Amino acid sequence: MEYYEEPNARVALGLRRPEPGDWYHGYPEYHVERDDDKCIRCLVCVRQCPYDCTFYDPYRHGVYNVHENCVNCRRCEFMCPTSAIRMTKWGAGFRDNDNWKQKTIRTVYKQADSGAVSLTGLGNDREYVSYFDRMVIDASQVTNPSIDPLREPMELRAYIGKKPERHTNPPEVYPNLKAELPVIFAPMSFGAISFNFQRGLAMAAKEAGTYFNTGEGGLHPDLRQYGDHAIVQIASGRFGVSLDYLSNAAACEIKIGQGAKPGIGGHLPGEKVTWDVSRTRMIPEGSDALSPAPQHDIYSIEDLRLLIYGLKEATEYTRPVSVKIAAVHNVAAIASGIVRAGADIVVVDGFRGGTGAAPAVIRDHVGIPVEVALAQVDQRLREEGIRHQASLIAAGGIRSSADVIKGLALGADAFYIGTAAMVAVGCTACQQCHRGRCSWGITTNRPDLAPRLQPEVAAERLTNLLHGWAHEIKEMLGMMGLNSIESLRGNRLKLRGVGMTQVELDTLGIQQAGL
Amino acid sequence: MATEPTLAPAVMEPVVISAAGLSYRHLNEQVRSAIRSGATEITLNDVMGHRYIGTGIHAPGVTIHVNGVPGEDLGAFLDGPHIIVHNNAQDGVGNTMNEGRIEIHGQAGDVVGYGMRGGRILIRGDVGYRVGIHMKGYRDKQPLIVTGGCAGNFYGEYMAGGCQVLLGIGQSDKKPVVGQYCASGMHGGVMYIRGELDGWKLGKEVQQIPLDRHDREFLKPVLEDFCETFAVKEKLLEFDRFVRIAPVSARPYGRLYVY
Repeated sequence: MEYYEEPNARVALGLRRPEPGDWYHGYPEYHVERDDDKCIRCLVCVRQCPYDCTFYDPYRHGVYNVHENCVNCRRCEFMCPTSAIRMTKWGAGFRDNDNWKQKTIRTVYKQADSGAVSLTGLGNDREYVSYFDRMVIDASQVTNPSIDPLREPMELRAYIGKKPERHTNPPEVYPNLKAELPVIFAPMSFGAISFNFQRGLAMAAKEAGTYFNTGEGGLHPDLRQYGDHAIVQIASGRFGVSLDYLSNAAACEIKIGQGAKPGIGGHLPGEKVTWDVSRTRMIPEGSDALSPAPQHDIYSIEDLRLLIYGLKEATEYTRPVSVKIAAVHNVAAIASGIVRAGADIVVVDGFRGGTGAAPAVIRDHVGIPVEVALAQVDQRLREEGIRHQASLIAAGGIRSSADVIKGLALGADAFYIGTAAMVAVGCTACQQCHRGRCSWGITTNRPDLAPRLQPEVAAERLTNLLHGWAHEIKEMLGMMGLNSIESLRGNRLKLRGVGMTQVELDTLGIQQAGL
Repeated sequence: MATEPTLAPAVMEPVVISAAGLSYRHLNEQVRSAIRSGATEITLNDVMGHRYIGTGIHAPGVTIHVNGVPGEDLGAFLDGPHIIVHNNAQDGVGNTMNEGRIEIHGQAGDVVGYGMRGGRILIRGDVGYRVGIHMKGYRDKQPLIVTGGCAGNFYGEYMAGGCQVLLGIGQSDKKPVVGQYCASGMHGGVMYIRGELDGWKLGKEVQQIPLDRHDREFLKPVLEDFCETFAVKEKLLEFDRFVRIAPVSARPYGRLYVY
């Protein structure tokens, strides 16, 4: 009977309930249905489940679930060779109530159980308006011809960085990033994501002629070979930042904020600081990696300028310097200050952006959509006559090539994709990134889980995604009668709004559909 | 016939650069080009608030003398050189410094050694706020900041590794050697403070411990180096006046979150 001492065997004995104080797990959210006729007892699901949800009972020769532990990551469903597993919602849930939804109730339980901050991963999942989904794109009909991108050249290359104010001979040349399509992999640090995933991002960036961003986690020695395609981040914790790190990269990025958690910092829990993470970040194994919200040498635009030029000095003015901020109220004035402080690239990260870990209240309630932020920043920089001094990268909530086209028309030069890149390699958006045991091997460095994602597979899938998007972007440019992304940038006449108020249309700088 | 490229002589005459009328960018270009041509002793005269002196220079074995008051971010991202400032310094000395040595024969401003991960900074006088913030140590790379005078608030904030020594020289016994919120958020490394320390000034993540034999063995050469560098005669080796401040846990916020 000793076997039944294992916690997972509770169900086998009919002792379903966990600890008395654990109300959160008292009500299961999902139900793992198994078709016993189809199950061949191969136990793949048992081995694949990192959330202590699935176990095998040798006495009954059966596979059973602790349903309250299921997070609906769908790994077992995906791996089951006989399709014997299917996830469903557990019963009726709580009594129907649009104000007190299941998620709200469960969060209160969780906090009453523990007295702690409710942490979550991925991006804002609330039902806010998506302005991307309320904008439609123009196309050419009769009066101006559309272009067939399969037979005519299309220019997707984006030069990202400061441009000269006017043409001179010889021309003024500033260091610029050269991306073959305006899509760059978003900052995701090694530690938050697995090494294999980051390597996959690096390989795909090289293959597709674009860039990946190290996040604030240092550049792993094995990824130095991809330095030409790396944007390296400098944030408040300065993890892994050295002269070598800066001068090995294509660009340096000062991280001020992140769309998923504006105004608060990062915190890589000690459990995730494994040997490899520790040597990349240059901190001891198992210690917390704290990146508080403020960089304590930056309390003003003047201080920001000091760090921007410090990085330029350190790289002898050969690299563009980027500054990444979260999209918040008054973002246009902030961006203007950043450009005036000397940044070559401004990244505006919207509130739909993902995170490896953030308090749920902040992820869900802080920041503004990137669409409006982008429109306002572009407008403001144009009005002030400094738009050429910096390129604009939009991040946080870019899900498809259509979002890219709409964002270009609103004024962005390029885009970061993070969640989309994760989904491309298997993420099912189960929002468990912060737990460090991603069943798909994406946001974990646990030695048994991380190898589930192979860098070559990740690279191939990411390259495919970019390839597909590039084709779609070309098609959409062609249908508008344009042959380069330069002709679309800030061209808001190509957008129309549906279902928006006049204030919303004016904020985005676009017209109502039909006009 | 192609001429052989002339190699820099093994030992070069000390290079003297006057910073008067130069922007920091031009000054640093001259320093870099002097280093590239093999100079190992560089003296900068007439320095008046020039920023970024020695920033991002990878050159072990090079000594840079600074006469005058350097500007902010002196020796940021420094990787090897030895910088001697014969005067006061401003904010951001040794920002994210990796390797090398900085000596300040006067006072220094705020955020000295931000995110510093290696090398040594010695300051003769007082320092401002947030000195040694985010210092990190990894294996044999352990940064060290020795401050001769007193320190402002947030001394060693978020410190994750390395060592800070605060001597409080010239401070009367009744006055504090360090400001408030000392070592708040500290979760690694160690600091030694000479003088009385009120417990309420310390962050809640740390504790005060009397020195043991290892501490004495570690401190002795550090203090000797300090005294020798600045020709200080004070009897710094009275070990009973030091306290050691170290974090209680490497995971101060381990129980803050629920999954």
